[in-house]
Amino acid sequence: MSEWPLLNIENLLLHFRTLKGIVQAVDGVDFDLDYNQAVVVIGESGCGKTSLARAILRLLPRNVRAYSGKVDLAGCNVMELDDEEFRQQVRWVKISLVPQAAMNALNPVLRVGDQVAEPAMVHHGMNKEAAMEQALKMFDHVGVPRDFASRYAFELSGGMRQRVAIAMALVAVPDIVVLDEPTSALDVLTQAGIMNMLKRLKQEIGTSFILITHDVATSSELADRVAVMYAGQIVEVGDADRFFPNPLHPYSKKLMNSVPRLRGDVEPEFITGQPPSLIKPPTGCRFAARCPERMDRCTEEPLMVQTGKRRVKCWLYA
Amino acid sequence: MPVDNNGINDRATSLMANESAMQDGALMSIRDLRVWFELRRFGFGHAGYVRAVDGVTFDLPFGAAVAIVGESGSGKSTLMRTLLGLHRPTAGEVIFEGNNLSKLGTKAMKWYRSEVGYIQQDPYGALPPFMSVGRILSEPMVINGIKSQVERNRRMHKALEEVKMTPVEEFLPKFPHMISGGQQQRVVIARAIILEPKMLVADEPVSMLDASVRVEILKLLRGLQESHDLAVIYITHDLSTVRYFSERIFVMYAGQMVERAQVADLLNNPLHPYTHALLEATSDPDAANAHKYRDVPPGEPPSLVRPPTGCRFHPRCARLIKNLCDQEEPPEFEPAADHFAKCWLYK
Repeated sequence: MSEWPLLNIENLLLHFRTLKGIVQAVDGVDFDLDYNQAVVVIGESGCGKTSLARAILRLLPRNVRAYSGKVDLAGCNVMELDDEEFRQQVRWVKISLVPQAAMNALNPVLRVGDQVAEPAMVHHGMNKEAAMEQALKMFDHVGVPRDFASRYAFELSGGMRQRVAIAMALVAVPDIVVLDEPTSALDVLTQAGIMNMLKRLKQEIGTSFILITHDVATSSELADRVAVMYAGQIVEVGDADRFFPNPLHPYSKKLMNSVPRLRGDVEPEFITGQPPSLIKPPTGCRFAARCPERMDRCTEEPLMVQTGKRRVKCWLYA
Repeated sequence: MPVDNNGINDRATSLMANESAMQDGALMSIRDLRVWFELRRFGFGHAGYVRAVDGVTFDLPFGAAVAIVGESGSGKSTLMRTLLGLHRPTAGEVIFEGNNLSKLGTKAMKWYRSEVGYIQQDPYGALPPFMSVGRILSEPMVINGIKSQVERNRRMHKALEEVKMTPVEEFLPKFPHMISGGQQQRVVIARAIILEPKMLVADEPVSMLDASVRVEILKLLRGLQESHDLAVIYITHDLSTVRYFSERIFVMYAGQMVERAQVADLLNNPLHPYTHALLEATSDPDAANAHKYRDVPPGEPPSLVRPPTGCRFHPRCARLIKNLCDQEEPPEFEPAADHFAKCWLYK
């Protein structure tokens, strides 16, 4: 282990310009990630999870209004690189992404083997044979039979296509793989198979994962650490073995209580109200309007407080 | 339970005999339902059948909530569409209040459709984008000849209040894109109940919604089911939501029903190996999950064109009995009271 954490994000900001105003999709996010660690980012839809992934990988649409902050990758601030350097030195090589619904985005006219090999050729300058060999090695890791390499995407089932998409993200041997809702469109058994595979990858090749999902139950399959996102901000970060039994932030508590459980007799509750608009988010704590433990102080924006090894953005713990 | 294995028809009759006790008070009875789709080669040559639903039998009592659980490709959507009268059964019968669905004429079919409400999976796709909520809700009443504007208004208000979209006047002129996903799903539910049906078919009604809204919609549906004494068929792939919603649960695999039981019995004591696998694969939020691997059966659901001989789950089953499971199709056994499993382990 080096002295630097693998990834350290400070005050990351990504605002979009729209006709209705400025959307503060990611608004001052801090978190870090260590080698061979998995952090899951959970939250409702529209809370900026996907924008966070885009901000980390600098995959920005045209209507960006503000993009700033510090992204330290193994001690080097990648925000200082220009776009071409970032593309060559960071994307795929250091951090890769499995976007949402990646399995439906495979090129239908290329054999999946060629598609998986391509990043290795582009980024590591491998020749075709070496890249193909690397791709086949990744197929072994993700549990796709080697002879599937000569098939086309439409000849594979959903689960196999998702595995291929993950193999593609791994082929250039990045330190971090960002997975955006990797299992949300899959069946229960396929989902469990993919989660097993991710756990195995983490053990075998030591990759770090950032898993973005709204499915709290599935997220616990991989999580070392949990970051809860609400309205563009991270409201709680902590170790999984402390977070799941005892979430701190009122939103995390509500979110955990809303999960239907198969075992144990807990009646799930729903969270009243809706997440705020990201165009003009409320001043002060953004969860205050839905919070059962609201206080007068909540009109001021709470600071991230450290309690033990956990951090929580709530006045209750200040 | 003595079961005759000589052939499918004998088995169906024995099943019918067994369930005749249950049949009293059944709103809908499904008897050995088969829905096959013909595969054609070059447009006319016959190339086999996709056996999407292959021998399903059950009863739906008045006012009961049942859940049908299965993976994609298990035939649950085809079963649902057949129950809605959108596919014609290849064999077997769907009987609704004594009427055989495939023998209903156009007019009777219209009556049937007014008795059965349908809640779609994707609320945004189910609502016409150019109609206001008011028009969306009037449409079924226009089609079914409720001419009085006063009556239409009364029903619209009642339905929207029941799905907790108040103040009603505020929502009536809105278009689907102006309201949130949860509210869209409420409009879909209001539309399904506006003709005061006896039965609702809900096809994964919460899978497109956010986790925090899911529970709310399920509770709403449950409330409607109880207050209106509706029979509800809840189709889902998510076992963890079933127990908050229904009394009985049917598990489907490869076009067949492999296990039927009360929800608590099935969750606490699953009999069929496939149900075991489904329960094992469903996770609860727990940090310990990250430190263990789940037991997932190998392979994928079989092709429904040429399903495996014998039990359809046998190629993936860990408890396979050689020379039995792979050769003979298991009948439905009843190892515990009111708990049926289509598996040779319980012969």
